[in-house]
Amino acid sequence: MTTLDILFGAVGLITAASAVLAVTSHHLVHAALWLVVALGTLAGCYLVLGAELVALVQLLVYVGAIVVLVLFALMLTRAPLGRSPEHSSSAVQRVAAAVIGAGTTALLASVLLPALGGEVLSTRAGDTQEIAAQLFGSWVWPFELLSLLLLVALIAALAVSRMPATSTEGESA
Amino acid sequence: MIHLWLPLVLVCILAGAGAYGVIARRNAVLVLIGVELILNSANLLFVTMGSVRGDSLRTGHVLTLFLITIAAAEIGVALAVVLALFRNRGHIDLSEPGA
Repeated sequence: MTTLDILFGAVGLITAASAVLAVTSHHLVHAALWLVVALGTLAGCYLVLGAELVALVQLLVYVGAIVVLVLFALMLTRAPLGRSPEHSSSAVQRVAAAVIGAGTTALLASVLLPALGGEVLSTRAGDTQEIAAQLFGSWVWPFELLSLLLLVALIAALAVSRMPATSTEGESA
Repeated sequence: MIHLWLPLVLVCILAGAGAYGVIARRNAVLVLIGVELILNSANLLFVTMGSVRGDSLRTGHVLTLFLITIAAAEIGVALAVVLALFRNRGHIDLSEPGA
């Protein structure tokens, strides 16, 4: 065990625990806040792995923007704030979901761990300049395409949210 | 020096938790939280592999940045759809049949 091993183990343990809590919590707002913890500590994992730029972008975009969007959506859909069992489905479906979740974990682990689990990673610090050079060099066209994608997504979100309510207007009102 | 099985185990746990969240939740916004967890497990795998295999294009890290951007676009459109659903049906419970 090296120092980075222990660091990653500690941060990763918090990430895993908060991710599990985010999908099992009975409070809507608590689930969103556990997601904040999971995404924030995942940025810590990226830092330990030596990807500073990715960690900062993760903090800015995920914790700063996406979680705020999720909280706004919870607010706008008039979510019940208290503890409520109605956010999860029936017991049968939850058991099935747990089986499928555990199956996904086991399947991924059985593929990834034998293939790569024995290797040792030596992280390179101070890689940001190289990543920036590659991002605006070799990857510049995908990067520009992504800005177009963001624009399209923005306009689509506007169009969808301005769509007039259809047919069932009478009974829901 | 990090032993590679640590990040890989975290990748597996995040993907499993996300899959559980997508299936077990009824509230549409909570389903989206599960989707975010699955995307983040893919991100962690990209970063790990990018740190191990240091190719000259820095593919792992750059693709992670792209994936974070795509996730931002995805969550924007998805939440707009959820809001439209709420205005049409009055609730966002995915286990009830549509009107």
